[in-house]
Amino acid sequence: MREFLLLIAIVVLGTGGELCMTRGMRTIGEVSEFRPARLARFLGRAMLTGWMWLGLGMMTAAFFALLATLSIENVSFVVPVTALNYAVGAGGASLILGERVSKRRWIGVLVVCLGVSVVWLSRR
Amino acid sequence: MTPGRLEILLPSEAIARDAFVEARGGLYIVSFSISRGTIRFPLEAQGTKKGGITGGMSGPPKHLLRTYLLFPVIVILGPLGNVLLSKGMKEVGASVKWAPTDLWPILIRIFTSGYVLSGIASLVTFYFIYMLMLTWADYSYVQPASALSYAVVSLLGYLWLGEVVPPLRWVGIGIICAGVLVIVGTPHRTTHGANLAETEKA
Repeated sequence: MREFLLLIAIVVLGTGGELCMTRGMRTIGEVSEFRPARLARFLGRAMLTGWMWLGLGMMTAAFFALLATLSIENVSFVVPVTALNYAVGAGGASLILGERVSKRRWIGVLVVCLGVSVVWLSRR
Repeated sequence: MTPGRLEILLPSEAIARDAFVEARGGLYIVSFSISRGTIRFPLEAQGTKKGGITGGMSGPPKHLLRTYLLFPVIVILGPLGNVLLSKGMKEVGASVKWAPTDLWPILIRIFTSGYVLSGIASLVTFYFIYMLMLTWADYSYVQPASALSYAVVSLLGYLWLGEVVPPLRWVGIGIICAGVLVIVGTPHRTTHGANLAETEKA
């Protein structure tokens, strides 16, 4: 049960954090130049948005959940299960960010979920 | 039709040649080739209604050799980071009690573990190279690395950490890799995208 909750936390907080950061970055605009000074200024502006901090906090929490899970579970089990972030990411992107997710992408997400279920069944 | 002026702003290092404008429907289709520098869409334009040009580049992928050389590096670095974290956390987990009151001792133990720190360094390097590659290579060239990483992490866990990986798990990992390959094979940008630069008529 503890492992289950930790894995959920890794996937939901990790992907949620990425979605929040995406939302924060979108409010700034698109990076068109990759010179260090421009990137630093861009990141500085992005950090002024609340979404970025929320995202950063969620991703930090996800990292600690990953560390805690790795202290009790095999890495060959934990990392494949975190592939579920593709499912949460596709769902979140279409529901929260209003992105169009193609049919082919949904099929891929279904295949990933099937694979994660098989990995889950292989649990000792 | 009255003659007009359409100005497209390119990065200073880019040299454009063979520019060609064609009006089709409500759009200007702009084709040109770049002999130096790189451009990223949307481009800024003057003399159009929307003031921006969307589109995409065609032609041979840039820095192909560099991409192929760095690809195996990121395929190894990401999984290696996770395996190092796992090795470090197994040691930490065995030596501490997981009580909320022990938060600081646990954190100190985690961030003084050589394996955990090497794992973090490996993951940070992985992200850095990954982002760097994305600045010159197409997403679809770089992304399959994430599909392979699920297999590589399990292989490293099996070979280095001596984890028992049942055959059923290898099957599941194979299915996950296939699913991720299907996902990364889809266009990464769904908001707009075309092979030619397009802008709305003024």
